[in-house]
Amino acid sequence: MARELTYRDALREALREEMYRDERVFLMGEDIGAYGGSYAVTRGFLQEFGPERVRDTPIAELGIVGLGVGAAIGGLRPVVELMTINFALLAMDQIVNHLAKIYYMFNGQFTAPVVVRTVEGFGQLAATHSQFFENYFAYVPGLRVVAPAVPKDAKGLLKGAIRGNDPVIFIEHSLIYRNRGEVPDGEDFVLPLEGAEVRREGRDVTIVSWLRGYYLALGAAEELAREGIECEVIDLRVLRPLDIETIVRSVQKTNRLVIVEEGWKSFGVGAEIAASVQERAIDYLDAPILRVASVEVPMPYARNLERLVVPNKDKVIEAVRAALYQRALVPVAR
Amino acid sequence: MARPLVMPQMGYDMKEGTILRWLKREGDRVERGEPIAEIETDKVNIEIESFASGVILKLLAREGETVPVGQPIAIIGEPGEKLEEAPAPVAAAASVAGTPVAAPAAAVAPAAAPAARPEEEAPPPGERVRASPLVRRLAAEHGIDLTKVRGSGPGGRIVKEDILPLITAPRPPAPAEVPPPPPAAAPAPPPAPAAAPAAAPAPPPGLPEFELVELGRMRQTIARRMAESFQQAPHFFVTTVVEVDELLALREQINAQVPEEEERVSITDLLVKACALALREFPTLNASFVPPNQLRVFKRIDVNIAVATESGLIAPFVPDADRKPLGEIARLTKDLIARAREERLRPEEYQGGTFTISNLGMFGLVEHFTAIINPPQAAILAVGSIVREPVYREGSDQPVPVRRMRLTLSTDHRVADGAIAARFLETVRHLLEHPMLLLVR
Repeated sequence: MARELTYRDALREALREEMYRDERVFLMGEDIGAYGGSYAVTRGFLQEFGPERVRDTPIAELGIVGLGVGAAIGGLRPVVELMTINFALLAMDQIVNHLAKIYYMFNGQFTAPVVVRTVEGFGQLAATHSQFFENYFAYVPGLRVVAPAVPKDAKGLLKGAIRGNDPVIFIEHSLIYRNRGEVPDGEDFVLPLEGAEVRREGRDVTIVSWLRGYYLALGAAEELAREGIECEVIDLRVLRPLDIETIVRSVQKTNRLVIVEEGWKSFGVGAEIAASVQERAIDYLDAPILRVASVEVPMPYARNLERLVVPNKDKVIEAVRAALYQRALVPVAR
Repeated sequence: MARPLVMPQMGYDMKEGTILRWLKREGDRVERGEPIAEIETDKVNIEIESFASGVILKLLAREGETVPVGQPIAIIGEPGEKLEEAPAPVAAAASVAGTPVAAPAAAVAPAAAPAARPEEEAPPPGERVRASPLVRRLAAEHGIDLTKVRGSGPGGRIVKEDILPLITAPRPPAPAEVPPPPPAAAPAPPPAPAAAPAAAPAPPPGLPEFELVELGRMRQTIARRMAESFQQAPHFFVTTVVEVDELLALREQINAQVPEEEERVSITDLLVKACALALREFPTLNASFVPPNQLRVFKRIDVNIAVATESGLIAPFVPDADRKPLGEIARLTKDLIARAREERLRPEEYQGGTFTISNLGMFGLVEHFTAIINPPQAAILAVGSIVREPVYREGSDQPVPVRRMRLTLSTDHRVADGAIAARFLETVRHLLEHPMLLLVR
C-alpha cells in the first residue's frame, strides 16, 4: 500500500520514524527547533523529541558539521541541517577534510555516519543564496551525495542515509517541497543510496536530471510526446556514486542524451555525466550530448532576469529537438 | 619490406569492394597466390589472393567494411618485421594487388590498379565523411559505404535516420573489435524502422503496416541498372513464333551421341548460337548507343544469358559465341550457370557482353514475355516456353500439332527500328527452324 505525501512530509516521516527507531539519531542545525526549520521540515520536532535530540545551533556552519563529525565518531547518528547549500561553503573544511576522510584516515577504525541535510533552489534570493553546489560535494571521494526529486525517494533515501554508516550530503530543493507523490507504507521502506531510476520510458532521446530538473524533463517529455517524440527520463537520485550504467543502457537505446541541471554549465555534474557516457558508449551516440544548465552569471535578483538564467521546460524541449537534429544548436567544427 | 595489399579492381566498373571474410589473420603466414580474403563486389563474392609471400603484419579493413579500389586492405611483410607509423614507402611501386583467384594475372596486373595510397592517408579536406559515432559503428557492422550516404545533420553529418533505411538485421558486433558494453548493459536493440522518430523521412500517410527491407547489393545494382535502362532506352517489342520440332529432334540426336555430360546441348545453347549467327548479319543490334549521337558497334559477339540466382539476376556471357561450336557453348554455359547460382562468377565473366538472352521457357508456364534491355546493350531476346499447338499449314484446313516457342525482342529504339528487329527475328527463326545451319556455320 502507498499513500500520497508531499516531499516535505515524506522527509518529516523519515526523520520521525528513524528518531523513534534509533535513540542515537538526533537533529542539529540553525532554526530547526523553536522555529521549526526554514522550510518547516522539522516543525513540531522540538516538542515531540525534546531539546536533547533537536538542537538549535548558533550560526556557525563549520561548527555544526564539526560537532556532527565528533558525535558520529563518538557513536551517535547526527542529522545536521545546513540551512541552504550556499552556507555549506562555510563548512567545507569539515565536510571535505574531516567528514569525508575519517573512515579512510583512521583505517576503518571509525566511521562518521553524519547526514548533512541541506537545500538548494532559487526564487528572488539573489546571487549569494541561489546557487547549486551539488558538484562541489559529488567531487569528493568518501561522500555519498543524494538528491531526491520525488517524495518516495525523499523518504526512502533519507532513511537509508540515516541507517547507513557513510557520510551523506542529502540535498533537497526549495521549490519541490510541496510536490506530491506516492510513498510506500511502512517504517521499513528504506532505499539503498545508489542507483538512478528510469521514470519514463522512451526511444528517441534520454533526458537525465535530478531534483527540480527532473520535473522540467518530465514536463518536456510530456509535451514532446504529443508530437510523437518519446523521451526516456532518468532521475539520477544519487549523484555520488554516479549510476552511469543506467544512463549508458538508456543511451544505447535512444542514441541521444540531454542532461538537465540547474547549476552553471561549466565543470558541473552534467560535464561528468557527458564524459562518462562517451567513455562507455561513444559508438552509440548519434548526436552530441547536450546540457541544459544555468547561464553562467551570478543569479540576478530581478524576477524577469532570474527566469532567463535558470533552465526551464522550453529550454529542455529545445535541447531535445537539437539532439534530434530538428534544430541545430550546436556549432559544427569545419 | 612491408608492402600494402590493395583492394583489387576486378572489372572495369568496380569502384569498391566489401571485405566479407578474412581468410587470414594478422601474424599468419601467406604464400603468393594463396587466397587471403573473400570480398563482395556489386555482383559477386570472390576470393582474392596475395601476390606476395610473407606474413600479414596488419589487416587494415574490418570484415563488413567497404573499401575503394586501390586502397590498402592489408600489409604484408617479413616475419618479425615491425610496422613503423605508415607502411613502407608505397611510391616505389611496391604495391601488391590482391587478385581474383584463378583470374589471369594480366587481367589485373598491379599496374592496372590505381596506385595505392599510403595507409590512412587523410582524404583531402572537404571530403571527410561526417557521421555520428553511432552511424560509423552501424556502417562498419553492416558494410555501408558512408561516402555514398547523404547526411541530413548539421554540416552534412550523417545521422542515424540517414542510414537506418540501409540496414536490415544488425549483425552482432565482433567481440574483438567493439569494446564490450558495460556488464549490465543490454545489447543495443535492433534499430527497428518503427523506432524512427519524427526526423526520419516519413512514409506517405495512410500506408498499411509494413516492414522496411534493405536490398542486398546485387538487388541494388539490378534496381539501378534496370531503372536506368528502362528510363533511358526507349524500348519497343517485337514477337515471333518459332516452330521447334526439328530443333528438338536435333538436340535429342546430339545429346544421345555426345559422350560427355558437359557437352549436352540445351535450348538456351541453341538460342545462343542462333542469335550470335544472326547478329553477324545485324551488327546494329550488337551495339551500344553512345549519347548523344553515336553507336558503338562491337566486333565481337558476346552473348549473355540471364541466370536467376537467389540474390537476383546475373548475366554471364559466352564470348565469341558466333565462332564457337555448340559443344563448347554448352560446356561454357553449364559452368557459368552453375557458378552464377553459387555467386562465384568472376567480374570479367559478367561485366560485358553485347546481346542478352533471357529464357523463362524452362519454367513451362510463361509463353510470352518482354524483357528489359541489359544496358548498355541494344537488344535483348525474351524466350517463352515451348507449347504444342495446332497449326494450319499452307493449303490445308486440317491443323497439325506443332511445338512452338515465342521469341520477343526488346530493342533500343535509338539504335534500330522495328524493321531491323523483325528481320533479325526472321533470321533467328530461320536458323532455329533449320537447325543444321547451327552446326555448319
